Amino acid sequence: MLADVDATVLENRRLSEHYSVLVLDAPPIAAVTQPGQFVMLKPAQGSDPLLRRPFSVFEILRGPAGEPAAISILNKRAGVGTALLYDVEPGTTIRCLGPLGKPFEAVRPPAEAWMVAGGVGLAPFVTLATRLEELGTPATLFYGARTASELYYVELFEALGVRTVLSTEDGTRGVRGRVTAPLRDTLSATPDTTDIRLYACGPTPMMRAVARLAADHRRPCDVSLEQVMGCGLGGCYSCVVLTTLPGGTPHFVRSCIEGPVFDAQHLVWEALEG
Amino acid sequence: MDLSVSIGSLRLANPLIAASGCFGYGVEYAGAVDLAALGAVAVKGLFLAAREGHPPPRIVETPSGMLNAIGLQGIGVHRFVAERLPELRRHGAVVIVNICGTTIDEYVELARILSDAEGVAALELNISCPNIKEGGITFGCSLTGTHAVVSAVRKVTRLPVIPKLTPNVTDVASFARAAEEAGADAVSLVNTFLAMAIDVETRRPRLSNIVGGLSGPAIRPIAVRMVYECRQAVRLPVIGMGGIANTTDVLEFLIAGATAVQIGTANFVDPLLWSGVLEGLRAYMERHRVGAIGELTGSLDTSRREHAWISS
Repeated sequence: MLADVDATVLENRRLSEHYSVLVLDAPPIAAVTQPGQFVMLKPAQGSDPLLRRPFSVFEILRGPAGEPAAISILNKRAGVGTALLYDVEPGTTIRCLGPLGKPFEAVRPPAEAWMVAGGVGLAPFVTLATRLEELGTPATLFYGARTASELYYVELFEALGVRTVLSTEDGTRGVRGRVTAPLRDTLSATPDTTDIRLYACGPTPMMRAVARLAADHRRPCDVSLEQVMGCGLGGCYSCVVLTTLPGGTPHFVRSCIEGPVFDAQHLVWEALEG
Repeated sequence: MDLSVSIGSLRLANPLIAASGCFGYGVEYAGAVDLAALGAVAVKGLFLAAREGHPPPRIVETPSGMLNAIGLQGIGVHRFVAERLPELRRHGAVVIVNICGTTIDEYVELARILSDAEGVAALELNISCPNIKEGGITFGCSLTGTHAVVSAVRKVTRLPVIPKLTPNVTDVASFARAAEEAGADAVSLVNTFLAMAIDVETRRPRLSNIVGGLSGPAIRPIAVRMVYECRQAVRLPVIGMGGIANTTDVLEFLIAGATAVQIGTANFVDPLLWSGVLEGLRAYMERHRVGAIGELTGSLDTSRREHAWISS
């Protein structure tokens, strides 16, 4: 059930000068969020900035009795809204609407789940990894960032039983280069008989490359898109992406309600910005 | 306490209407908002045929406002009647259908189809969308065009006809007058202000359509002034909108001359605002001993100005 909560900021973990994790007291949202769903946050009160911003639910945090009590979001400072959220202090109240969007469908064993994350694209994968662990699905995280200090929460995934394959563009940790390089190698080295589903989130060029690799290796691939969004509920038609079904004509669909998770082969990748 | 208002033959339980283009087809909100508790729902502008609209980026935020150039993406009137209208009826919504054409014949055809459909309470004529190349606003920017569309639709429907006016004209009141002369039951205003935003680093427009419509609190004072001017010019009910985000804003429009109001952009920010705004209206009426909300319409007190010792 959708809730609009005046959420108190319980914590703002500043991971670097660009990234922070904001913990929000939002039990009704924490209780019902599915893997890969998002919330709309109002970065400040008043009308400037006016609109809310979409954020994947990063973690679902539990209270003393194990009850879902709070959510966190992974925030990367990029514009006015994310800068305000980066600076926000514990005790502040933030309007938080959610959960929204279609969730990831977690595959069940014997299938394997391979998550591919670039930078802030890590955000939807904690909830997915948690679900995969519940299902007993073998999971791998291919996780790339610019540099070692921007690879966050690797231990969290390892604690959930996820095999991690790291990469950095400057070679300070893991494989040097883009996350798609180890993904390509691992895909090539894996027999066709292994049932694998890919899940990707990150910069558009990365997801485009992952989608191409998935198609080349005939692997199903779900991507979580981040579009400029006005409302999150299907009211404004601003967050559209061009999709096409086999044999069909391309058609704009709202990523807030028909996504943010899409089957990679339904997207018209050339039409996506970035 | 009477919150009901009349728009022509249409009686609304309260003056709050979800603005066209800001509420999808209404059904998107059915899980979050009690549609039957709204005065009415004005659905997203419909053409005869389905449309894809403009490529993204379709919106950009500006100080206390936003620009949009969606381009009237939509499912077309036939799918709307077949799929969305029955669902809206099930939810008990009072449905105002916003229609848009490139020719007068298309408006007439839309009006005919919707007059035959069950569950349409009124027609809002979109002659003011700034984001499409032909039709729509070309009628809304010409007095003869406005008159022609309204009178043509008037001839084929018994439903209340509400032309939605653009603020992108020199004298909006003259358009309200043209609508009145052509047989409109009410006018709604304002649609968005034609506007533009540029990324100076890339020197590219922030919208794919280059220009778009400005909405939100930034435009509210201009919209209030235009509602006031229209109220002075015509006897028709005026439906006011432009940056309304709370009870105070609603009251401002009512006092300026609006019979009912539409809430658009604020619904994006605060989709559950409706019950709180209604509650606020009730509290105001109690505090000011207003028995019927209609008493507020056009109740602007300008007496102080008349007694001012400096006058223009």
